[in-house]
Amino acid sequence: MNRPIRVLVAKPGLDGHDRGAKVIARALRDAGMEVIYTGLRQTPEQIVEAAIQEDVDVVAMSILSGAHNTLFPKVVNLLKERGVTDRLIVGGGVIPDDDIPFLIQSGVEAIFTPGTSTKDVVEFITTHVKRQ
Amino acid sequence: MYEKDKLDKILSSYQKWEENKIVKLIEKFPERKKTFTTGSGIEVKRLYTPLDIKDMDYEEEIGYPGQYPFTRGVQPTMYRGRLWTMRQYAGFATAEESNKRYKYLLEQGQTGLSVAFDLPTQIGYDSDHPLSEGEVGKVGVAIDSLKDMEILFDGIPLDKVSTSMTINAPASVLLAMYIAVAEKQGVSSDKLRGTIQNDILKEYIARGTYIFPPEESMRLITNIFEYCSKHVPQWNTISISGYHIREAGSTAAQEVAFTLADGIAYVEAAINAGLEVDEFAPRLSFFFNAHNDLFEEVAKYRAARRLWAKIMKERFNAKSEKSMQLKFHTQTAGSTLTAQQPDNNIVRVAIQTLAAVLGGTQSLHTNSRDEALALPTEDSVMIALRTQQIVAYESGVTETIDPLAGSYYVESLTDKIEKEAMEYIKNIDNLGGATKAIETGYIQKEIQNSAYKYQMQIESGERIVVGVNKFKVEEEQKKEILKVDPQVEIVQKKKLQKLRQERDNVRVNEAIATLTEKAKTNENLMPYILDAVKAYATLGEICGALREVFGEYQQSVIL
Amino acid sequence: MNIEDRLLAGDKIACARLISMLENNEKEAEEILKKLYHKTGKAYIIGVTGSPGAGKSTLTEKMAKKLREEGKKIGILAIDPTSPFTGGAILGDRIRMTDLSLDEGVFIRSMGTRGNLGGLSKATSSAIKVLDIFGCDYIFVETVGVGQSEIDIVKMADTVLMVLVPNMGDDIQAIKAGTMEIADVFAINKSDLDGADKTKLEIEMNLDLNENKDFRPKVVKVSAIKNKDIDTLLEAIFEHRDYQMKTGNYEKRRINNAKQELLDLAKEDLINLIMKKAVENDFLNTLVNEVYTRKKDPYTAKEELLNLLLN
Repeated sequence: MNRPIRVLVAKPGLDGHDRGAKVIARALRDAGMEVIYTGLRQTPEQIVEAAIQEDVDVVAMSILSGAHNTLFPKVVNLLKERGVTDRLIVGGGVIPDDDIPFLIQSGVEAIFTPGTSTKDVVEFITTHVKRQ
Repeated sequence: MYEKDKLDKILSSYQKWEENKIVKLIEKFPERKKTFTTGSGIEVKRLYTPLDIKDMDYEEEIGYPGQYPFTRGVQPTMYRGRLWTMRQYAGFATAEESNKRYKYLLEQGQTGLSVAFDLPTQIGYDSDHPLSEGEVGKVGVAIDSLKDMEILFDGIPLDKVSTSMTINAPASVLLAMYIAVAEKQGVSSDKLRGTIQNDILKEYIARGTYIFPPEESMRLITNIFEYCSKHVPQWNTISISGYHIREAGSTAAQEVAFTLADGIAYVEAAINAGLEVDEFAPRLSFFFNAHNDLFEEVAKYRAARRLWAKIMKERFNAKSEKSMQLKFHTQTAGSTLTAQQPDNNIVRVAIQTLAAVLGGTQSLHTNSRDEALALPTEDSVMIALRTQQIVAYESGVTETIDPLAGSYYVESLTDKIEKEAMEYIKNIDNLGGATKAIETGYIQKEIQNSAYKYQMQIESGERIVVGVNKFKVEEEQKKEILKVDPQVEIVQKKKLQKLRQERDNVRVNEAIATLTEKAKTNENLMPYILDAVKAYATLGEICGALREVFGEYQQSVIL
Repeated sequence: MNIEDRLLAGDKIACARLISMLENNEKEAEEILKKLYHKTGKAYIIGVTGSPGAGKSTLTEKMAKKLREEGKKIGILAIDPTSPFTGGAILGDRIRMTDLSLDEGVFIRSMGTRGNLGGLSKATSSAIKVLDIFGCDYIFVETVGVGQSEIDIVKMADTVLMVLVPNMGDDIQAIKAGTMEIADVFAINKSDLDGADKTKLEIEMNLDLNENKDFRPKVVKVSAIKNKDIDTLLEAIFEHRDYQMKTGNYEKRRINNAKQELLDLAKEDLINLIMKKAVENDFLNTLVNEVYTRKKDPYTAKEELLNLLLN
C-alpha cells in the first residue's frame, strides 16, 4: 500500500485511563500511520461519525472499565447500519478471556489485552486492513 | 556527615578497590548490563559508600520521626505505636452488594472502608443517562441519590469506622450524602472520620473523571476545605494523588513533583479564598503509588515527605507542625499487574507492600492478583489483605522506624528524587503553576513521554516483565472472575425511576433552583448541596445544575 | 449510486471517501473533480492559523457552532504536520470539537501534510473543493502557524484569521518578522489572562506601521473556552468579507488564487514529467554528479534537464 493507513483511536465510555490508547497512538504513528485520536468519553455514535468523516481504515477502541460488551458491538452495529463494512475494528483493555469470543463474533476482529506489544498491534493492523 | 580525613581515606580505599578488584574482573566477566537503572531510569552505581552522602546534614535532612523535615516519618513512634490502616478499595454493582462486601471486609480485620464508585457516579451522571450505558456498577458502586448511600452504609456505624471515598469532581455531593446518612444514624458530623479524594488536578492530568473547568472545580474544593474546618473537623478534605499520575506512566520523581505541584495549587487556592494555612493544611493528605523498584519507592516517599515539609514551612510560612506533615495513603501499582500468569502478581504486590511500609505509609491498599483481568474475586481480595498482615506481623520490618535510613544508596536516591522533583516544580512555577501547566499540556506530555519510553523498553527486552516478555508459558485463564451482572443497570434504573416518583419533587426543584442561583455567586455551596441531597435530588440533577452554570472542562491533549 | 451522485446528495461517506482518494492521488478522483468543478466557488473559506496551543480548534468549534445556529452548513479541515521520518501523524484536533461531532450540518476532516514539507498540499485545496461541492457554506481550514503552511493558507482562504494568546514573548517578534501581513483578522484568545490587552496593543502598534495596506485588520479579544465574544469575532470576519466584496478585492483575490493554483498544478506535473524522464539511464544522478564535481554548472545542467521535455 503506498498510502498511510488511517486509524481512529477512540476511548468509548467513561473511563479516563488513556495511557494505553496514547501509547498505541504514538506507536501507530511511528509505524507510518495517520492516527486520529478522539479523546475521552466518546459515545458509539460519535465514534462512528468520526470514523466515517475521517474515512479511516481502522477503528481501534480501548476500554478499561468493563463496558466493552455493551459498547464495542454497538460501534460495529452502528457502522453496519450506515452501510460501512469495509473497516477493520479492533479493541483493547482489561477484557477477560471469557468475553473475547462474544466480541469477535460481534465483529471486533481482534482484542488486545494487557501485555500486548505495540509491534503486534501494528502488525495485526498492517496485515488485516481491508481496503487497499 | 563524615570528617574530611575519614572521607579522604574512604575515597582512596574505594578507588583502590575498584582498581584491584573490579577493573580486571569485568574485563573477563563483564557485568550483565552496561548501565544499571532504577525502575524510573535513574542510573544506579555499582556500589554506594559514605562518599555518596558526604554533603548530607543528618539533623537537617534526615532527622527524627515526628519532627521536621519528617524524612523518617510523620509519627514519633510509627508502627511501634500503631500499624498502618489496612484499607481495601472496594465497591461494585449495587449499594446492597457493596454493603455486604464491606461487612465481610470488616469481619476479616480490615480497619477502614474505602469506597469505589462507578464511573457515572464519578462523572456526575445518573444511571439512566445515555453516557452511563454499560458502565453502571462496573468499576464501583452506583450511587444516584441519598437512598443508595443509606443502603451502602446500612448497619455500619459511621462514628466507628473511617471511610475513604474515591470521588473527585462530585466530591462535595458524596460528602454531603455521607453527612446526611450519619445524621440519620444519629452521628453528628464532627464525629466523622475519613477522606475524600477530591483532587481534580490529577483528573485533568491522568485519571480523566473531571466535570467542571479548573477555576470552578477549585472553588468547590476550597468550599469543602472551609466547610469541613468548621463542621467536619476530623475529615481529610483532600487526598492529593500521585497514584494515577504514576499509573499513567510517570517516573517516581515525576510522581512526587506533579503531586506536590498540585498540592501547592490547592494551598494557594485556599489561601486566596481567605483561609489561614494552618487552618486547613493539617487536613491535607496524599496518595502515592507503590511500584516495583523497592529502594526507589522507599526513597520516593522519604523525598516527598521532606520536600513537602520544606514547601509548607518555607513557601507558605506554615507554623503548625501538622501542616508540614505529609501523611499518605498508598496503593500498589495496578499497572504492574500482568494478565499473564496472574498468580505472579501476588509476589509483585508483596514487594510493593514492603516498599510502602518501609516508606512509612499511613494506610495501604494492596491490589488483587486478578485485577489485570477484571474486578477482584473475594478469594483474591483475601490474599491481598493477608499480604499486608504478613508484612505487618511476620516480616519484622515494623519493629524499628525507617530502617533503611542511613543506607548510602537509599539516602542518595532520596536526595536525587527530591532534587529532580524540585526542578520540575520550578518549571511548573515558571509556567504559572500547576493549573496552567495542565492547560498547556506540559505535565501530560512529560508523563506520556515517560510512558512511551517504558513501553519501548519492554518491547526491546531492555526491561523484563516476568511472564510477559520473558519466562512465558502457554496458559489458560482461570474461570473464576468477578462479573457484574448486566441486570444491575436495569435494577438501578428502576430504583431511580421509583425515587423520582415518590420523593417530594417540589422540594427537589426548589433546592436545585437555589443551588443554581448560589452557584452564580461566591457563596460556599456546601450547605445548598446538603439541602439538595437531603431532598433526595439525584447526583445527576445536582451536577447537572452546576454544569449549567460552570460549563464543562475540555481535555488538553498533546501527543 | 456512484460517488459523485452520492456526494451531491449530501452523503458524508462519499464526501469522506472522495477526500481520501484525492489525498492518495487517485486519478479517478481528479476526474470527478473535473466534472463537478463548476459547482465550486460558493463556499466562503476561512483560514485559521496561529501557534500550537493558541486554541485554534476550540475557537473554530465555537465559531462553527454559532454559524450552525443560522442553519449554515460547515466544513472543517484540520491540518497537522506529518512526521518527515516515519510518514505518520497524530491528528488530534477532533478532541476539541466533540460538541460538533454529531451535528448533521458539520463535516470535520483531519489531514496530515504528508509529503508536503510543512506546507499545505494539493490535497488540501482539493478537499476544500469537495466540501464546497458537498454544499458547505463556510469552510474553516485550520493549520499550525509554523513555516510554509501559514503562507500557503493565503492562497486558499478568503479571510485569514490569526489566533494569538497573551504573553507570547518572543513570538510576537516572529509574527512581526513575516506573517503579520497575511492576517485579515486577529483573535487574541484566552482574553481572561493577564496581558491580553498588552498583546492587543502590541498588534495594533504593529498595524500602525503598516499604513500602506488599504484594509486595517480588526484585533478581537475572545475566550474560546468560555465561549465569549465569538459573535464579535465573526462580525470582524464578515466585515473583512464585505469590504472585499465591495471593493472588488474578493474577486481579485480569487483570481489570484486560481492563477496560483493553476501554476502550482502545472509545476507539479512538469516536475513529475521531468523526473520520469530524468531517472532513465540515471540521467539525473549523472547531472548532479557533474554539477557537484564542477564539470558542469547548474544552469547548463538545468537547460539539459528541460531539454528532456522537448524530445
